[in-house]
Amino acid sequence: MATKEKNYEIAEEDIFLSGHNACPGCGEALAIRYILNTMGPKTIAVVPPSCVAIISGPQPYSSMKIPVYQTTLESSAVSAAGIARALKRQGKDDIKVLAIAGDGGTYDIGFQALSGAAERGEDVVYCCLDNEGYMNTGAQKSGASPHLVYTASTPGGKPSAKKNIAEIMVAHGIPYVATATTGYPDDLARKVAKARDMKGGLRFIVILTPCLAGWGVKEHEGVKVSRLAVKTGIFPLYEVEHGTKYTINYGPDGTPVQEYFKMQSRYKRLTPAEIAQLQEETDYQWALLQARASCVMGVDQAFQDRAAS
Amino acid sequence: MSTKTKMAPEKRMLLKGNHAVSYAVMRCRPEVIAIYPITPQTPIVEKITELQVSGDMDVDIMTAESEHSAMCASITASLTGVRVFTATASQGLFLMHEMLHYASGARTPIVMACVNRTLGSPWGFWPDQSDTLAQRDTGWIQYYTESGQESLDTIIQAFKVAEQVSLPAMVMHEAFYVSHALEPVIVPGQEAVDAYLPPFNPVHRLDTDLNESWGNVVNQDMFYRHRQQMNEAMDKVAPLSVEVDEEYEKVFGRGYGIIEKYRADDADMLVVAFGSMCGTIREAVDVMRDEEGLKIGLLKIRLFNPFPIAEVQAAVAGVPKLVVMERNYSPGIGGVLHQSLKAALYGMKDAPKMHGYLAGVGGVNVSLGKIVELSKKALADEPVPESVWQR
Repeated sequence: MATKEKNYEIAEEDIFLSGHNACPGCGEALAIRYILNTMGPKTIAVVPPSCVAIISGPQPYSSMKIPVYQTTLESSAVSAAGIARALKRQGKDDIKVLAIAGDGGTYDIGFQALSGAAERGEDVVYCCLDNEGYMNTGAQKSGASPHLVYTASTPGGKPSAKKNIAEIMVAHGIPYVATATTGYPDDLARKVAKARDMKGGLRFIVILTPCLAGWGVKEHEGVKVSRLAVKTGIFPLYEVEHGTKYTINYGPDGTPVQEYFKMQSRYKRLTPAEIAQLQEETDYQWALLQARASCVMGVDQAFQDRAAS
Repeated sequence: MSTKTKMAPEKRMLLKGNHAVSYAVMRCRPEVIAIYPITPQTPIVEKITELQVSGDMDVDIMTAESEHSAMCASITASLTGVRVFTATASQGLFLMHEMLHYASGARTPIVMACVNRTLGSPWGFWPDQSDTLAQRDTGWIQYYTESGQESLDTIIQAFKVAEQVSLPAMVMHEAFYVSHALEPVIVPGQEAVDAYLPPFNPVHRLDTDLNESWGNVVNQDMFYRHRQQMNEAMDKVAPLSVEVDEEYEKVFGRGYGIIEKYRADDADMLVVAFGSMCGTIREAVDVMRDEEGLKIGLLKIRLFNPFPIAEVQAAVAGVPKLVVMERNYSPGIGGVLHQSLKAALYGMKDAPKMHGYLAGVGGVNVSLGKIVELSKKALADEPVPESVWQR
């Protein structure tokens, strides 16, 4: 089922600069590099309070060689939309507007503004850097934190599952939804370029960005843990156009979820029974994704055939 | 730019207060309007969308999913360098609250119409100015008006003031008494407004050619200086509002001042108020002066924030007594205008004594007869420091 896109050439412009404030080995810094350098110099970025805001830099410094507007935690999507609309009125159609928010600012407090912007078809590229918690404030639980995981606000393990933000955005019927992660930089850069060049509404990419401090991962293992998230099926990489056209890029290769968990101290309290339960849940979600993709595309094809006949 | 609007001459129309605001906005040519419906503001947005569809207005309208988002988009559109208008009321204004501070901090000259309405709980839809008065500390200029015509004229003036000082401005009128009341309104001609209000073209804006950013973390010293600069801008608002109003009067024949004294000469007492009550008080003053021989006048406050301390002190100099009649209530404080006046007159030599009457809280009707009755009571009674429930 998984179709691999290979040999994508990452064309980088020097927009994200060295000397920024990210922790050594930070997954987000890697993601920001591929996002900004792919978006290019004709971009205005919107950043809410998050690690991205820290990495972006305090006044008068900036690690980003483009205009950056730092907004409030819940308002990235609509703040970007306001810029996009004003640019259109000024005839500056060549300037792209990019929101880069964390998972808290996307799954939780920023969701209303995001859903509204998606519904209205705002001309914005929205990248969610998902490190599965409020890492900037000390690793508390967000709606993106996985089931049973330890966070600073769920010390007994998170009792509920991770919200499936990709499918929620797919249900909005927007032009483009994709999942990506920093362990697959060519795939990530290709998706950003695709989102950048598409028109007709909001384009959304959720990017799993390991937080080494928050997850309890060794400094040199961020990329490895990112790749294992995909290979275990915990975070499959796929893209969906217009709510129907699914393409699964990278999925599980049979690696047990425990291989992913054991690299991270946030999972170290799991019992064998809980690990088995999470394996089951991961298998189930992967099967659901495949079924959803083929089912939706089947219906879509049937309606296209009917329209053609 | 629509040719239809460009050539439109001055026109006398029968309009609701809210629709008068919509026509003012049309004449100001905003590029982006981000807005969310709420009673009793909604007729403003409905008329604007009608004017857009009919081709009378060339504007991008974002039908936001909340007032909070409407304000967020207003801020960024303004920061990108276009003229922005929005409108709200009551609960919607409170949902915006966080972003009201953000807007003034970002120095975005957004103009917003606010239709004063009670706040829940309990629910009500009645004229009460507590909603906007509670936003006094958000860094917005605040004008309170008493009629559709004054609202229309003040919207146009507000853009001119806001864009010169880079601060946002609210223009208020009250629910239903003004918002839904029909009155003859003169809508100025487009060319005259274009000449009066130049296009908005800020030096600083979000643009890849400029590469300027906004909102990054600052240190304590930068924050201090930033707030100092806001203060410098606020200090310009009162004299600029006077100047802009005088220029408006020369061009359009209508001026209001930032405060208004009505038959205040040689007065034993002034009734102090803002908003719709002023119209009734003016009539009551006529009755008291002409039929009862009472030397009572009106002091209307039109610019509430920044509070025009010098102008108000000058206006009440030599007057023995004031009575504030207001349509708002801050629990623990009393009437906000009463409190503000006390602060403004503190330390003034021979400052007048002052009554604070909570007369119209919750939209309770304050009739001409009631104003006369309360004025006589105030004239006879010795004032107490607190605001008094008096209806």
